[in-house]
Amino acid sequence: MIPKPILVGALVLAFAAGSALAADNPTRRTILDSFAAEAKQADPGFTGFSAERGAAFFAATQSGGGAETPSCTTCHGANPIARGQTRAGKPIEPMAVSAAPDRFTDPEKVAKWFERNCASVLGRACTAQEKGDFITFMATK
Amino acid sequence: MMIRALAIGLILAAAVPALAGELERVPPVTHAATKEECGSCHMAYQPAFLPAASWNAIMDNLSNHFGENAGLPADTAADIRQYLTGHAGRGNGAVQRISDLRWWQKEHRRISDAGWKKAGSKAACQACHTGAEQGMFEDD
Repeated sequence: MIPKPILVGALVLAFAAGSALAADNPTRRTILDSFAAEAKQADPGFTGFSAERGAAFFAATQSGGGAETPSCTTCHGANPIARGQTRAGKPIEPMAVSAAPDRFTDPEKVAKWFERNCASVLGRACTAQEKGDFITFMATK
Repeated sequence: MMIRALAIGLILAAAVPALAGELERVPPVTHAATKEECGSCHMAYQPAFLPAASWNAIMDNLSNHFGENAGLPADTAADIRQYLTGHAGRGNGAVQRISDLRWWQKEHRRISDAGWKKAGSKAACQACHTGAEQGMFEDD
């Protein structure tokens, strides 16, 4: 017979481990590590990704991209936990990892959508730091 | 010149209602890559809605796809192009937006601004035509 407080404690621990795992999926970690290596190469002073920078980047109104897509939030919406909508009226699953645990776990998909959407919104490729900040922000949401 | 324009006008007038009737049911998209790639941002429109010339023009310009970058790896793009052009409809290829086709505009002429707002986009067939993905476009 296991005493009740210990059982409850074990359950709480199991849940905590589960949610930490969701935020730190190994494939997502690998994707972030490769962006970090790239960012370090571009800027030897790079010290790590920032969820705050990612949040600001996500919300910012950009220039240089298409007139119809001035911001990430144009299609994804301002709240990453909620669904967004494409300009053609199709729902987009939430970007926040807490709401969509599969986000940023498929390297090909990550590469494809950053390539497309950075071109559409900024009119250029995103830097490794921008991409890493973005994912870091979404992993905390 | 006048006669030629008149002749074209008559051909179009004859063709449009027939086309509209015919297109109330269109063969659904059966190609996996087309469903997946085209369908990630909008309904994967059935290839019969546009002639091959229009599909070719669209596939030639994926980096600016109605204002967005929809770039694809070359092999995937070629595969999708082949499916779309191989199952294309008729027409002269003058337009790329299905909603710019004359029969489409005629069919939707009674939709109010509020109706379009509710649909979200003229590109969102499925917002009103609930069977659109399956190729059913009867008046819903």
